[in-house]
Amino acid sequence: MADIKKIATRESYGNTLAELGKTHEDLIVLDADLAGATKTSIFKKAFPDRHIDCGIAEANMAGVAAGLATCGKVPFMSTFAMFAAGRAFEQVRNSIGYPHLNVKIGATHAGISVGEDGATHQCNEDIALMREIPGMVVINPCDDTEARAAVKAAYEYVGPVYLRFGRLAIPVINDPETYKFEIGKGITMKEGSDVTIIATGLCVNEALNAAEKLGAEGINAEVINIHTIKPLDEELVIASALKTGKVVTVEEHSIIGGLGSAVCETLSTKAPTKVLRIGINDTFGESGPAVELIKKYGLDADSIAAKVKEFCK
Amino acid sequence: MDNSQLKKHANDIRKGIITAVHSAKSGHPGGSLSAADILTYLYFEEMNIDPSNPKNEERDRFVLSKGHAAPALYSTLANRGYFSTEELETLRHVGSILQGHPDMKHIPGVDMSAGSLGQGLSAACGMALSAKLDRASFRVYAMLGDGEIQEGQIWEAAMFAGHRKLDNLVVIVDNNGLQIDGNVADVCSPYPIDKKFEAFNFNVINIDGHDFDAIRGAFTVAKACKGMPTAIIAHTVKGKGVSFMEDQASWHGTAPNDEQFETAMEELNKAGEL
Repeated sequence: MADIKKIATRESYGNTLAELGKTHEDLIVLDADLAGATKTSIFKKAFPDRHIDCGIAEANMAGVAAGLATCGKVPFMSTFAMFAAGRAFEQVRNSIGYPHLNVKIGATHAGISVGEDGATHQCNEDIALMREIPGMVVINPCDDTEARAAVKAAYEYVGPVYLRFGRLAIPVINDPETYKFEIGKGITMKEGSDVTIIATGLCVNEALNAAEKLGAEGINAEVINIHTIKPLDEELVIASALKTGKVVTVEEHSIIGGLGSAVCETLSTKAPTKVLRIGINDTFGESGPAVELIKKYGLDADSIAAKVKEFCK
Repeated sequence: MDNSQLKKHANDIRKGIITAVHSAKSGHPGGSLSAADILTYLYFEEMNIDPSNPKNEERDRFVLSKGHAAPALYSTLANRGYFSTEELETLRHVGSILQGHPDMKHIPGVDMSAGSLGQGLSAACGMALSAKLDRASFRVYAMLGDGEIQEGQIWEAAMFAGHRKLDNLVVIVDNNGLQIDGNVADVCSPYPIDKKFEAFNFNVINIDGHDFDAIRGAFTVAKACKGMPTAIIAHTVKGKGVSFMEDQASWHGTAPNDEQFETAMEELNKAGEL
């Protein structure tokens, strides 16, 4: 097999901001002393005047972004998911969400794939937190192609958007030549008939690989990529659930409040279906290389395949 | 506008505050009345605004970071012509545009939703920064409570404003000395407030927040100050203008009953005749 290109979606974020900056004067990037890590340093290099480092003060950064948005700017506030959704939750809710301001939140280093920094920096709760805010769009792209498209779509969209990116370099699985992104529209990556695997973020690739393994064992899994967790593509989720009768959700996020919960909320009233939620099982993460953690916490293809097989028995 | 005209407007604004809070049967009269004179000066003299075009991009902005003083802002906006003063009686009623705390989505003239303490100054910094980026000439005013500055985010924002040399930003601290649980000095003292803002690289001015000459002087100095933001520490009296509410923490978040309403309005009507 040829080498698959691997890129971290935080890199996609920085690159796309720099690209958009060329043609969009109103795009302002805010950071909180993490420009090197969030990759907004790429934008900073090209447009130093429109890169505002707020220092280690995320609550203020959220408010500054809100103020800029009231004056017609399109601010992208950037920091780790832990601090964007966690530390600054109430600022995001009250200063951005409540007035429905046109602020984009670029949250990098989401999930356990942060790796060595450990539990304090591994945010597995951000999707749940952001999903709760009325009017907030929540996007969790699965690779470089999707992440780039998501940043562009977020810029074009008027209103608050939470963009979730990872630290770990992950395979580019979507062809940039043919890939189409639409906020709120899920993508069927592989058709199947026995079980539906709904995945998001870096788990999409793991789910695809798991489906291949399951196929070898006679289980024909459908794989759906939900890059937009809010608004959820209910039509696609319901149609697939009705087709296969079994749904598994996979996310690098707590099983409480994230993609799995969103899918269950929809299916429980509109198409009651048995659902298995795979994710972080109501626990904190730990230090270690990202790939090892993904394995340990059961989000790799082998673990997913084993759980789906058990679920399909 | 001369001081006697400003005083008349301030008195009308105070009547609007009492009317609104009485009608709502809840709300915050104390910190609204202490802020009334500054708000009068801002909206009737200082700020470049046009009530018939509240979204004008060139306008000066105001953020009521101490959003619980919403009755004062609403009464000021109504008296300035953004909407009818009759609307004030709908404060906090279901379906009213006049929410308990300022809501920019629905209220003409409100430049920022605020009320969760500590957050407004950051938004004001964002507005001032936007003007700097565009070399626009509008100015930004943010009013904070003296209890509110116990919130850490205020000092994040102050550090940002000082660092960015936002000389188009004026912070007004409504220093009425009282918060819900008592004296700010006893609860968790923010003093010395002036020295703190000085340390964050602000141009600091202490004034009597009910003296229009002093208010006029402070805003004039602020406008002339280049290279640093200004903080006006306005020494005020909570409940100012209604004798039985003055300097009483208990009037922070209590509405007057019918009898108290009549007494308060009588006092304000009398003051208006002077």
